[in-house]
Amino acid sequence: MTDMFPQQIDVALSVNGEAVEARVPAGRHLIDFLRLDLGLTGAHAGCEHGVCGACTVRVDGRSVRGCLMLAAQAHGAEVWTVEGLSETGEIADLQEAFVARNALQCGFCTPGMLVAAQELVASAPAPTREQIRERLSGNYCRCTGYEAIIDAVEAVAQARAGGAAR
Amino acid sequence: MSIRFGDPDRPNSYIGRTVPRPNAPRLAQGRGRYVDDLAPPRMVHVAFVRSPHAHARLGAVETAAARAVKGVLRVFTGAEIAAVCSPWVAVLAHLKGLKSPPQHALAVDRACWVGEPVAAVVAASRAAAEEGAALVDVAYEPLPAVTDMMSALDPETPVIHPDLGDNLAFRRLHHEGDVEAAFAGAHKVVAARFRTARHTGVTPEPRSILVDWNPAEGQLTAWHATQAPHMMQTVFAQHLAVPEARVRVICEDVGGSYGVKVHVYPDEMATAAIAKIMGRPVKFVADRLESFGSDIHARDHEISARLAVDADGRILAMDVDDWTAIGPYSVYPRTSAIEGNQVVNLCGGPYAFADYRAQTTVVFQNKTPTCQYRAVGHPIAVAITEGLVDMAAAELGMDPVEIRRRNFYADDAYPVTSPAKMRFEGLSHHASMDKLLTLMDLDALRADQAEARSRGVHRGLGFASFIELTNPSPFMYGIGGARISAQDGCTVRMDPDGSIVALSGVTEQGQGTEAMLSQVVAEGVGVRPEAVRVVTGDTQVTPYGGGTWASRGAGIGGEAALLSARALRGAILEVAAAMLQADAATLDIRDGVVVDAEGGAARLPLEELGRIVYFRGDTLPKGLPRELVQTRHFITSDYPFAFTNGVQASWLEVDVETGVVTLLKHWCVEDCGRVINPQLVDEQIRGGIVQGLGGALYEEIHYDADGQLLNGSMADYLVPMAAEMPDMVIGHVETPTRESMLGAKGAGEAGTAGAPAAVMNAINDALRPLGAQVTEMPFTPERILRALGALDD
Ligand code: FES
Ligand code: FES
Repeated sequence: MTDMFPQQIDVALSVNGEAVEARVPAGRHLIDFLRLDLGLTGAHAGCEHGVCGACTVRVDGRSVRGCLMLAAQAHGAEVWTVEGLSETGEIADLQEAFVARNALQCGFCTPGMLVAAQELVASAPAPTREQIRERLSGNYCRCTGYEAIIDAVEAVAQARAGGAAR
Repeated sequence: MSIRFGDPDRPNSYIGRTVPRPNAPRLAQGRGRYVDDLAPPRMVHVAFVRSPHAHARLGAVETAAARAVKGVLRVFTGAEIAAVCSPWVAVLAHLKGLKSPPQHALAVDRACWVGEPVAAVVAASRAAAEEGAALVDVAYEPLPAVTDMMSALDPETPVIHPDLGDNLAFRRLHHEGDVEAAFAGAHKVVAARFRTARHTGVTPEPRSILVDWNPAEGQLTAWHATQAPHMMQTVFAQHLAVPEARVRVICEDVGGSYGVKVHVYPDEMATAAIAKIMGRPVKFVADRLESFGSDIHARDHEISARLAVDADGRILAMDVDDWTAIGPYSVYPRTSAIEGNQVVNLCGGPYAFADYRAQTTVVFQNKTPTCQYRAVGHPIAVAITEGLVDMAAAELGMDPVEIRRRNFYADDAYPVTSPAKMRFEGLSHHASMDKLLTLMDLDALRADQAEARSRGVHRGLGFASFIELTNPSPFMYGIGGARISAQDGCTVRMDPDGSIVALSGVTEQGQGTEAMLSQVVAEGVGVRPEAVRVVTGDTQVTPYGGGTWASRGAGIGGEAALLSARALRGAILEVAAAMLQADAATLDIRDGVVVDAEGGAARLPLEELGRIVYFRGDTLPKGLPRELVQTRHFITSDYPFAFTNGVQASWLEVDVETGVVTLLKHWCVEDCGRVINPQLVDEQIRGGIVQGLGGALYEEIHYDADGQLLNGSMADYLVPMAAEMPDMVIGHVETPTRESMLGAKGAGEAGTAGAPAAVMNAINDALRPLGAQVTEMPFTPERILRALGALDD
C-alpha cells in the first residue's frame, strides 16, 4: 500500500466568474471539487452515477452532470453554479417563479433543476409542456410530482418570450 | 374566543390562504444547509463494510490492510461498537405477539441481509474511508437464506432466529360479524390475489448524519437528516448512555424523507457511537448504492381477498388474507408490524358494511428490513378494496361511481365505527365524489374512450375512494411502550421590536411546515406572516414533540402553534390594557398594532409595547404579568386518529402491443379538514400522487433466490420522472375536526394512498373488453402483456 492516493493535477478555471487555481486529485469529480474544495454546496450529490441530476451545473454554456465530469476536465472551462447564477440575477425570474408556484419542497433537486431549466428556456423560446417535461426528465424530484416545476418553467418561458416580443 | 374561519374578511385572516414559504427563496438560491454541506473542524468520515451475504456467520475480521490506507484512522468491529451502544428490540406491547431479536449497530456474530453493516472504517476523507472499507476482510460462513414470503413459515424452511422459535414476527386476525354466512348468502362474490411490490423511498438526499461528542461537556450533538429529532434525542440518550439533556439533535434542511428518515438505522447509531469513542465529529452520508440496501423498504405484500355483494351492489362482507415479509428485524422503534396492521385497519374503509374478516401475517426473511414509508399500508388496503369494488361492479354491470355511492357511509351518518373498529369523526365520501365529478367531465371521457376503442386504442378510467389516518394519538405507538411523542409543542415569543419567533417541535422536510406555522402564528397573534420567524429542528431550543410523521404537522403542530400564539396575544393585550388603561377585551391586535376591537382604531404598535416591557418595565404597574413568551402543547384525545377521506381518478392509455401505460390525467379530491395553505396542500397531494404512481407503474426492488439485491442503483430501479407524469387536478371538501380550534387534519399521504388503486382500476377498465386484468404491482409492460396473453413463456 505505498501510494494509494492518486496523482494530483493542477487546474485553472473560472467558477462563477472568479478565477480559480487548484491542485486536485486526478479522480476528483467536478461536483466534489465544487462542494468540498470551493465550498459551493448549492449543487448536490444525489446519486453519483449520473441519473438524478442534482449535481447539474453549467460548464462552457451547457448543463452537465458534475458527478460524471472530473475536475481536471474542467481545466480552462467556465463553470457556473446556482450560487453564481443567483448573484448575477440571470435566473432570478426562474427562482421567483419556483417560489411563487411552490415548485420546490425539500429543495434538494432545485439547484440542478434550475440550471437545466435555464438552459431549456434560453435555448427554446416557447417550449410546450411536453417539451419541458421531456427536457427536464433527467432531473429527479421526489417531492413535487413535477407539475409545479413545469408550470413555473412554462410561465417564465412565456414571460421571457412576451418580454422579447415587446 | 374562537376564530371566524368562515369569514375571509376577518382581521389577520392568514389561515386558509396561500402565503409564501419563508424558507423557499433560500433553497432556490442554493443556500440550503443539508447535513453533507456541514464540515466542522476535526471532522472525519465513516464508511461501512456491508455484508455481501443474505445470511452468514461472521468469523475473523482482518483489518490490517484497511488500516494501512493513507488517511484511515480507525477500524471498528461489531463487538467494539456494542461496548458503547446497547442493542435494541423493536416490539410494541399493543401489537400482541410481535417479536424481534436484539439488533446491534454493527452485526456482532451474524449478518442477516445483504447490506447489513458489519464493520466501520473511519478516515480523514470519505474516499479513504471507502477505500479502507473495501479492504476489510471478513470471514463469512454463509448460512441458508430465507427469501420467499409465502413459504417462510413452512416446517422445512430454516428459522432465521432460532431463539424466536419460528419465522413469524406477528399475526393479527380481526373478525367482525359472520363473514362465512354473508358470503354463503351473497348474490355475487368476487375474489382476487393482489401483490404490491417491495419498494423504497429513494430520498433525493441520501441518509446523512454528523455526530460530535464533546467529552469535556459530556455532550452529544447530532446534525441529522431526520423527521423526528426528539425521538432521536431519546434514542441516542438511551442507547449511548447519555442524559437526554446532554443530547442535542439538530435538523436543518432535509432533502426529502417520506417516512424513510423516521427510523433508527444501525449505521447511524454506529456513527454516533464512533463519535463518542473518538471524541470528534464523524460524518456518514450513505452513497446511493448502499441506500438501496440499507434504507427501509416497504409494501412487500401478497394478499388474497374477496368481497360479497347483494343484487343491488351493496357490500355484504369482505375477507382479506394479507402476508408481508419484513426482513430479519422489526425496525426500531416503530416496528415493522404496523404496515400489515394498517391493512387490517383500513380495508373497506369508505363503506358501510357489517361482516369483516382480515388477517395479516408478518414474517421474517433475509432481505433489507421494511418499515413505515409514506402512506403506510394505505396504498395496499385501498388497492385491495377498490380493486374488489370495481370487480363487483363489473360483475353486476354497474357503473363504478354508482356502486361506490351505494356503499359509502352517508355524509351525515357520523360519527361511525367501521367493521375494522376504526372510529370516524366526520368524513365526506359523497361530497368528495360529487366534487370529483364536477372537475372531470365524465361524459366526455367516456365518449372519448368509446371513440378510441373503435380505433383499437385502449383508454381506461379508474376511481379509488380512500380513507387516510392522520393526527395520531398515543394509540399509534405510545401505548405500546415506544418513546414516540404524539403530543407536540410550540413556544411563541415577542421580541422588543414587535417581531415574533415561534419554536416548534414539528419539523420541515419541504412540505411547508414553516410557512404553515408562520401563518397560524401570524393569525393567532395578529401580525403579518413575514413578522414571524419560525425555528424547527433543534431539540435544545424547541419544545419536545414528535416531529413529522403520519400527517401530523398541521393538525397537531399547527394547533399547538395556534394555542401558544393565542396565549401570547392574551399576554400582550394584558400589558396593552394596563398601558392604555383599557379593558383587554375591547382590544385586538391587527397587523402588529394594538387596536380597538370595535372600529379598529390604532392604539399602540407592538414595537412600543416591546420597548416598554423590555427596557422600561419600571413604568408598568408592579406585579403586572409581562411574559411575552408562551408555550402550549397539544394532544388529540377524543379519537385515536383523525381520519380523512378522498377520491382519486386516473385516465390513461394502455398500448396493448407493447404493454406500456401512458398516464393522461389524474384527479384527486381530498378532505383534510381545515385547509391552512391551499397551495401547500395541493402540492403535497400532487407529490404524494406521483409517489403512488411510481409504486403502481415502476418501482420494485428485485432479489434473487439467494437474497442478492439485483437492482440497487437509480439506473436499474425506476422512479417517476417528469416526462411520464400527468397533470393533476386537485379539489377539496373541508370537514374540520372538532378536536381542535384549527380543525386541520393531515394531507401528506392522501395522494400516495389512492393513486395506485386508481391506476390499477383504470388499466383494468381499459383491458376489460379484452378479457384481461392485472392486480400485481407495478404494472410493467411485461405484466400487462402477460395478462393479455401476449407473453406465455
Ligand atoms: S449526483 Fe450526478 S446525476 Fe445524480
Ligand atoms: S423538491 Fe425535494 S426533490 Fe425536488
